[in-house]
Amino acid sequence: MILGKLRDQLVALLVLLVIWFVAASVVNSSLLPGPQEVADSMYTEWNQGRLLENLLVTLQRVAISFTCAMLLGGLMGVLMGRIKVVNRILDPFLIMLLNIPALVVIILLYIWFGLVEAAAVAAVIINKMPNVAVTLREGARMYDPELEEMAKAYKFSFKQKFFDLWWPQLFPYVMVATRSGLALIWKIVLVVELLGRSDGVGFQLHLAFQVFDVATILAYSFAFIAVVQMIEWFGLQPLEKYATRWQRGDQRD
Amino acid sequence: MIEFSIDGRSFDNKQVLSSINLSLEVGTSLCIVGPSGCGKTTLLNALSDLNGAKGSVTWKGNVPEVGYLFQQPRLLPWRTLKQNLMLVESDEAKVLTMLGAVNLIEYADYYPTRISLGMARRASLARCLLLNPDLVLMDEPLVSLDSPTAQQMRQLIRKLICDDAQKCLIYVTHDLDEALEIGDKIAVLGKSPSEIVFTADAETLSKDKLEQELRNQLGL
Repeated sequence: MILGKLRDQLVALLVLLVIWFVAASVVNSSLLPGPQEVADSMYTEWNQGRLLENLLVTLQRVAISFTCAMLLGGLMGVLMGRIKVVNRILDPFLIMLLNIPALVVIILLYIWFGLVEAAAVAAVIINKMPNVAVTLREGARMYDPELEEMAKAYKFSFKQKFFDLWWPQLFPYVMVATRSGLALIWKIVLVVELLGRSDGVGFQLHLAFQVFDVATILAYSFAFIAVVQMIEWFGLQPLEKYATRWQRGDQRD
Repeated sequence: MIEFSIDGRSFDNKQVLSSINLSLEVGTSLCIVGPSGCGKTTLLNALSDLNGAKGSVTWKGNVPEVGYLFQQPRLLPWRTLKQNLMLVESDEAKVLTMLGAVNLIEYADYYPTRISLGMARRASLARCLLLNPDLVLMDEPLVSLDSPTAQQMRQLIRKLICDDAQKCLIYVTHDLDEALEIGDKIAVLGKSPSEIVFTADAETLSKDKLEQELRNQLGL
């Protein structure tokens, strides 16, 4: 079954490559380079060390801002989901944060704090945090009241409630926030880098944009997409599979 | 002797229970029957300090250790039976012994989603007994079970609770045969806001007499 899924995905990828190759051949312009030129550009950037170096810089920013956004947004969402008065107080701020354009937050923080790393990371966190809060607020509202009663009747400790009762119920929502978070955060990080940093994938895209070097733009983009896909395949999917084994056909642990 | 009084119980200014005083000899069982919605589950919840309704419970003497067997098993679906029980008792040997006592030892590593309702009820009974309670509360534990499975569960309740001279049982049911089979005493809870309107020893009570009492309460 896994081999069949892999085969289907490889076929889809191959079809896309063929379409791209044909389109690039027909257009025959440097503005739409073919797969070979993009691969050459990626190889050159890799050989010169720029691709790995900038990927790592961007990944570091993604990791820091993702972790902070998940923790802060998660805490905010769970508190809002569980405590009505907290929800009433924070809800207007949450709606405001959700509706502020990402670009406005980035520009304001750069103006107020300068083109520094802290402002860049903070801008990403502020952009992502409300999405996490909204998702986890829904999760916290969906706690099963019958299991809550059972935990009270059987005198669960706080640790037992957290790890055995609340966390498993929140986990699907955490996974949704994680997936959408990764997809959104790395895109915002690129904008932040493009506007105000002197390293990272976003900065390299900025340089390539100035000379209309589409092959390099695509090379960096695909490299980063590949990294995020690896995180999905080798990090998120196995984790989710393990955590939800009780929902599948597995009869036993 | 376990004695308690409940000083009424109300939700959102709607009184569900009036004042209730009950006492049980240690090692005996009391079955509570009554019309639907009369507050039987509310009474059990009050004794287990659940659901935040207004009204207090006063225990005479020492407060007993209470074990509550809910109507639904309420096992954590993401934990195996053994893991569920180990949340109450950390000694694995005791947990496995208890699972053996309810004939579930071979299902110790199964998830609750993969076993039948009858098995889940037995696991829930085992969890309740791991607390080593002085007072066991049961809220219609046989509902929705087929006849052989219910009979098996009844036998377990008799063996593990009713035959234990140290435990008291308060058992809520709609089934009068079940009440007369399990209870040493029977109490009838009247219409809401309810109070105990009738008590009798099960030995001296017939099903007809009990039915008559319930009809009187329902105004039939």
